Amino acid sequence: MSFEPTLLARVNKPDSHRLVGYRGDGGYATFETALRDKKPVEVVNQVKDSGLRGRGGAGFPCGLKWTFLPKDHPGPIYLCINADESEPCTYNNRILMEKDPHQVLEGIMLACYAIKCERAYFYIRYEYGTAYRVLQAAIDECYANGLLGKNIQGTGFNLDVYLHRGAGAYICGEETGLIESLEGKRAWPRIKPPFPAIEGAFRKPTIVNNVETLCCVTQIMRRGNDWFKSMGVPPDPKNPRDAGSYGPKLYTIAGHVNEPKCVELPMGVSMRELVEKHGGGVWKGRKAKAVNPGGISMGFVDVNAKIKDSNLTEYDIPLDFNGPGRVGCLGLGTAAVTVVDDQTSMIDVLHNVCQFFAHESCGQCTPCREGTGWMLKITDRMRKGQGRREDLDILIDVADRMGIIPGTTICGLSDGAGWPVKTLIRKFRSEFEEAIKSGRRSVVKSLPLVGIH
Amino acid sequence: MATVYINDKPVDIGTERLNCVQAAERADVHVPHYCYHPSLTVVASCRMCLIEMGDLKDGKVTMIPKVFPGCQTPVKDGTVIVTGDYAKRDTSVPPLAYDPKYVPADRAKKAQADTLEGILLNHPLDCPVCDKAGECKLQDYSFEYGRGETRLVDEKNQPPNKPELSSKITLFTDRCIMCTRCVRFTREVSGQAELQVSSRGHHSEIDIFPGEPLENKLAGNVVDLCPVGALGSKDFLYKQRVWYLKSTDSVCNRCSTGCSIHVDANKDVVFRLRPRENPQAQGYFMCDEGRHGYHHADSTERIARPLVRRGDKLVAIPYLDAAQEFRNDFETHLRLHPGAVWAILSPFLTVEEAYLAARWLKGKSQQVKLALGHVPMVGEDDTYPKDRRGRPIQPVKFTIRAEKCPNRLGVEAVLRHFEGSVVPLAKAIESAKRGEAKAVLLTGGYPDPGTLNVFAEKPNDLMLAVTDIFHGAATALAKYVFPATTFSEKEGVYVNYAGLAQALHRSCKPPLEGRSEGQFFMDLAQRNGLFNAATIRKELAAEIRYFAKLADGIPELGVKLF
Repeated sequence: MSFEPTLLARVNKPDSHRLVGYRGDGGYATFETALRDKKPVEVVNQVKDSGLRGRGGAGFPCGLKWTFLPKDHPGPIYLCINADESEPCTYNNRILMEKDPHQVLEGIMLACYAIKCERAYFYIRYEYGTAYRVLQAAIDECYANGLLGKNIQGTGFNLDVYLHRGAGAYICGEETGLIESLEGKRAWPRIKPPFPAIEGAFRKPTIVNNVETLCCVTQIMRRGNDWFKSMGVPPDPKNPRDAGSYGPKLYTIAGHVNEPKCVELPMGVSMRELVEKHGGGVWKGRKAKAVNPGGISMGFVDVNAKIKDSNLTEYDIPLDFNGPGRVGCLGLGTAAVTVVDDQTSMIDVLHNVCQFFAHESCGQCTPCREGTGWMLKITDRMRKGQGRREDLDILIDVADRMGIIPGTTICGLSDGAGWPVKTLIRKFRSEFEEAIKSGRRSVVKSLPLVGIH
Repeated sequence: MATVYINDKPVDIGTERLNCVQAAERADVHVPHYCYHPSLTVVASCRMCLIEMGDLKDGKVTMIPKVFPGCQTPVKDGTVIVTGDYAKRDTSVPPLAYDPKYVPADRAKKAQADTLEGILLNHPLDCPVCDKAGECKLQDYSFEYGRGETRLVDEKNQPPNKPELSSKITLFTDRCIMCTRCVRFTREVSGQAELQVSSRGHHSEIDIFPGEPLENKLAGNVVDLCPVGALGSKDFLYKQRVWYLKSTDSVCNRCSTGCSIHVDANKDVVFRLRPRENPQAQGYFMCDEGRHGYHHADSTERIARPLVRRGDKLVAIPYLDAAQEFRNDFETHLRLHPGAVWAILSPFLTVEEAYLAARWLKGKSQQVKLALGHVPMVGEDDTYPKDRRGRPIQPVKFTIRAEKCPNRLGVEAVLRHFEGSVVPLAKAIESAKRGEAKAVLLTGGYPDPGTLNVFAEKPNDLMLAVTDIFHGAATALAKYVFPATTFSEKEGVYVNYAGLAQALHRSCKPPLEGRSEGQFFMDLAQRNGLFNAATIRKELAAEIRYFAKLADGIPELGVKLF
């Protein structure tokens, strides 16, 4: 049975980004029905029952998050839309925002109606210029057609959506970092508790949701929970803390593949299928060596490593919220699959990872600020052929001790900074040791210029 | 009633809302920290105060398998805290029922050592040339909690220093550990937010905004707040190794707030003043006027010897001769026309000194007139925080008072007792102008030269005796000039604007032949022995009801008189 995309259904249609096109496909009917016929709590309950888990990376149940808001709060309550999509190789939100902005906006309207929010802040990363312009045009269209503003369609529901451009920092994707940045401050994540649902933007209760999550809300409200639950992976009965992974998911495929792209598939597709079938296989006729299941902060899998007591390798793990965790990765993350081919030096991969996190660490907590910088210095040296065997142990030690899991930092950036380092070294240790022993340099002056824009 | 267990030791914290650092303090357990400061918001970023935490329920302890920042984590009834110092716990207390597999303090100790390794990675370790060495929290904690060696073989980051940060403060950027106390201070207490963090990750630096140096009147506090040697006071820079300094508790004399201070001196030279935490006086901080206002103490311009007029010249003669000559002269006036004798008591005198002077004179004759000396007033009370435009905002966290003297209330209480009311200085001047005053003892002790410039036109037959720190219009006309002493050379009590009596302690000798005013008045009154503030205090506490509370000595943080 072939899978019909829903979230991406309208992509590439003419006028997909315009209100008229969206209306033509039955858009905003769900919102209007909900506004007329449903109570906010019914919307919350439906989203909660659908089992929708946040698509931003952590996979926190969306409806449950909404219920954390204080009951009968006099307001204002804010919704922040997290479109600071900065995880390397992740671009699923971008496609939604550029090609189908009204789907996102309908999700925002439904969410705001559900949580009784009258002001939504759409935090979009600076680099997404096209998405910003498309969204702004879509918001203007909604205002012009009475879908946003005061007393929407005579129901007494008010909603304003403000589009806010970030200034280009990965840490703004952390929900409290986003809130601080939105408030005009340095994006230093806040200490929790209080969580944003209690005290968030401008010290008021705030819900922060990802763009794709809100698109899922639109589809859930339109097609119902049965449709949503017909896809994906039910909860693992052996794991009481597993909430299951239902629904469609946008996977982005990048790296050394023939056809890098964003595809929509039901949750739980295997990594092998995703790369080999949807990504067109590894490029240049090579084989995959390591694959990253969901943005580099989730760690890497060794394609050839056998999973204990089975014929499968780590390549065969399902990409649902639990799959990557079973092979030592942090989680599904943003479901951005990056493929590393067998001709690539793992030291270069490691260096790339360290460079990114050293650059993006906000510098607030000591373990992360100094740890990411130190790891970069070590890998820099390793690339120059001056690595030492003990460097690998230092890297693992440093990577292991930072993060909210051991409790040494405020936010999860450092867990994400440490995870790829330790998974790479643990899974490819022999290659690292061999490279250190040989003293091979992998620093090249610069790559040839491919083109300008 | 809430009981918290710190390294097994139960502490009752009542209904107070405390964090783990504060709760541990109650059990005499110090949790090391850098970024946490009780007067600033909590950011929990230095990660030095990491502790292990759990819950005691039904006699069973459940520990959470991670570490927590102690400064940010609140405690409640039954909270169990295990700090990195668990091995140094009070072993007389029976241990709690931990899980047998749990090793107390294992995690916390490692986490603290790891944090220190991180902080020291890019720290230049230039302790031999660093002013903070000896009182540096980075040294102390590294010694106590850190590892002995570094594993870094790569180059350290070497950001350039920033001497242009402020006219009074310099930044050794590479020593900074990014605790951001200074940044929070300028945002929350002084308010004008001159400092900020620039750049990101391990390239983060403390910086100012271009062209806007850190020049507010509370700026000096960032140097005290800095737990390492990153922010240095240019006033103190490279002057003295801190281990040579002897720290004495004292009171700032620059305004009537009367900040509690530490006077750091070596060999009779004051090198710096630091605020001493006192919630009853000023809190944690002090202003730069006070902080840098001690230089008069070691000025070479000071009056250092008693001077007596011979013809039209003031000639230095030995103290005892001068005192005797003055006493004879003054007491003659007292005998002949006591009603025409004035003594002006300066608000820079301590309570004891004012008392001794008044006691001596009133003992000679009830008709002697006592008046309050010049009370310097500059502008209006200056409150902090201020906003970016310099307008004060509420709630007020620090006040620099317009009244630039430390002890008006104390001297007034003495005057009220002896004179019945506080006679203003203007009356004495008028009386002298009319030729009614025959002899005036004018006490000063003003730290700024030129403050004591009354009696500009002295009637010819007026016998004027002056005690002051610097020469000025008054000493030029005086027949007798005695050196006055300043706060670091006195023992005694100052009463601040709110009636808080605080003790000054002597840290330096007065210059050359100077004697403290207390000793001077004792010598004049021919009281035997050396001046002892505590003895005099007992005497005056018994005599003047206002000071009754001083009879039993003065606690470290002072005592409220009303």
